[in-house]
Amino acid sequence: MLKHDELGLSNDNVLEMYRLMVLARRIDERMWLLNRAGKIPFVVSCQGQEAQQVAAAFALDRSKDYTAPYYRDVGVVLALGMTAKELMLQAFAKAEDPNSAGRQMPGHFGSQKLRILSGSSPVTTQVPHAVGIGLACKMNQDSSIAYVTLGEGSTNQGDFHEGANFAAVHKLPVIIMVENNQYAISVPLNRQVACEKISDRAIGYGMPGVTVDGNNPLVVYQAVKEAADRARSGNGPSLIETISYRLTPHSSDDNERTYRSSEEVEQAKEKDGLIVFKQYLIENNVLTEDLDAEIEKQVKEEIDQATDYAETAPYPSPESLYHGVYYE
Amino acid sequence: MAQMTMIQAITDALRTELKNDENVLVFGEDVGQNGGVFRATEGLQAEFGEDRVFDTPLAESGIGGLAIGLATQGFRPVPEIQFFGFVYEVMDSISGQMARMRYRSGNTMNAPITIRSPFGGGVHTPEMHADSLEGLMAQQPGLKVVIPSNPYDAKGLLIASIRDNDPVIFLEHMKLYRSFRDEVPEEAYEVELGKAKVTREGNDITFIAYGAMVQASVKAAEELEKEGISAEVIDLRTVSPLDTETIVESVKKTGRAVVVQEAQRQAGVAAHIVAEIQERAILHLEAPVLRVAAPDTVYAFTQAEEVWLPNHNDIVEKAKEVINY
Ligand SMILES: Cc1ncc(C[n+]2csc(CCOP(=O)(O)OP(=O)(O)O)c2C)c(N)n1
Ligand SMILES: [Mg+2]
Repeated sequence: MLKHDELGLSNDNVLEMYRLMVLARRIDERMWLLNRAGKIPFVVSCQGQEAQQVAAAFALDRSKDYTAPYYRDVGVVLALGMTAKELMLQAFAKAEDPNSAGRQMPGHFGSQKLRILSGSSPVTTQVPHAVGIGLACKMNQDSSIAYVTLGEGSTNQGDFHEGANFAAVHKLPVIIMVENNQYAISVPLNRQVACEKISDRAIGYGMPGVTVDGNNPLVVYQAVKEAADRARSGNGPSLIETISYRLTPHSSDDNERTYRSSEEVEQAKEKDGLIVFKQYLIENNVLTEDLDAEIEKQVKEEIDQATDYAETAPYPSPESLYHGVYYE
Repeated sequence: MAQMTMIQAITDALRTELKNDENVLVFGEDVGQNGGVFRATEGLQAEFGEDRVFDTPLAESGIGGLAIGLATQGFRPVPEIQFFGFVYEVMDSISGQMARMRYRSGNTMNAPITIRSPFGGGVHTPEMHADSLEGLMAQQPGLKVVIPSNPYDAKGLLIASIRDNDPVIFLEHMKLYRSFRDEVPEEAYEVELGKAKVTREGNDITFIAYGAMVQASVKAAEELEKEGISAEVIDLRTVSPLDTETIVESVKKTGRAVVVQEAQRQAGVAAHIVAEIQERAILHLEAPVLRVAAPDTVYAFTQAEEVWLPNHNDIVEKAKEVINY
């Protein structure tokens, strides 16, 4: 198995990656509790995808690259510097939410400061946007790149084709990462696409495409790092498909029992990237159970504080609706 | 007769037409095994099979295009757009293609498609999941735009839409899905497209509304009655083509009107209705025709939704403005 030091990652690097994966998972779990308690209106989960998300973000230059993450990418935005408090402010739709000032649903990330493009509800719209950012980077002769993610079902939208094609024609510094979690709400992979792998689509655009195990953050890191190097050196875009499984229902409004069995979900949980990585870190003497307990404790405190803060923070005023429609 | 919610009436209409005409096909995102994210197509795949009720890949413009091809070959597609805010993804198929198939082909081809889609505010879904976009649709000649306000009409209008030989945009207000029940006949029946209904009779002022604003208008009329003001309420049922006759006839009787829409004020259906009234009944008017509409912002976030959405109080106030003119 690939080792982190072979990738140039230190023990501290992988521990920080692990901490962020745990943080993402526990934030998500807390959001479900808050939703079931009637405190927040909606949850759309990252559970099962944290490992690939954090690993991918670590393979970018987080000080200068641009990202257009999709709604499940809690791991990506945490790795880029968004905080638990900011995510909770978003979940409670409070005025101070840096993503959209409480105007959009949870999971619709955006941060001018962190170079995260503001995302919206219609899936896949972010792909051509990221390609536009890639073109801007090229025109500005800036060594930044654009990283965009989406679900596998969303690759069926025309926007995916149009964005990928343009990026390849102009050899733009773009990485398109498809987080394949096997379902688009209720529709399983084999009813969405006929190709064996989503990455097979890359050849049609004239860009490299790879499929990697999304539950193994080290191979995801390696694939994204290679793609980032390629993009930065002027050799154009890449398509990466990460395979994992959506461990929760599509959202807090979904009833997954109508289309998949609990056995299937239980089986997938055994391959959960978070657990796989924890085992790897323990086996390689980077993590101990004691240290893990300490991480969990700190994460819990951080989330408790974030929740308390967000719960009591003020809502945006109805008058604020009139601002930001046009230039003022 | 059975008591049904609007969503049950819609499922019932789909089942009725799937049974009645083997050319009727139901498809869209999550409409098959899952029965639709709002459960409008629940049980239909099990009953009619995967050939007639099926999930599509996640791609709205593909859904629209597919419907057009099928329709030209004698099928009657009834695709679903999961939320009407996602209609932008399929605008060319709708406004650029299906609406013009009959015209462009010199009246030799047609597109009998009924696009169903949930829309509307008041259920705490933010922008793109609550927008009222019927005005965009109504501007396109060749399309019919139908918006039921209750379970009985929903079934009859949906059946009429599916049987209609032109494309129909059938918009289902999410707040009405489960908010109340109505007597709904078990057999097939049609509610004629393009015909408004006088829901409540009155003599002093006419309220013209559709979708969830019909209830709000009726409530406003009930309040005004306590003050001795008699308001007539017209439920448009079809936004395009507009039943100008029913509107004008009522306004000629009452001499006053308020047009109510949930959509933002600018360039909406209500503005068009006001213009039609001025053009056809100006000499009967005792006061200017006024509108109740949402403000010209992006659809409100949840905390501001109640304030943003037009309600019966706004209608009462507007009515008084007209009456005291
Ligand atoms: C244009 C558009 N159509 C429909 C939807 C409703 N919707 C939200 S997520 C989703 C499924 C997405 O599946 P996938 O791309 O596989 O991502 P996943 O949610 O599985 O991560 C759908 C149909 C939407 N948001 N946007
Ligand atoms: Mg998916």
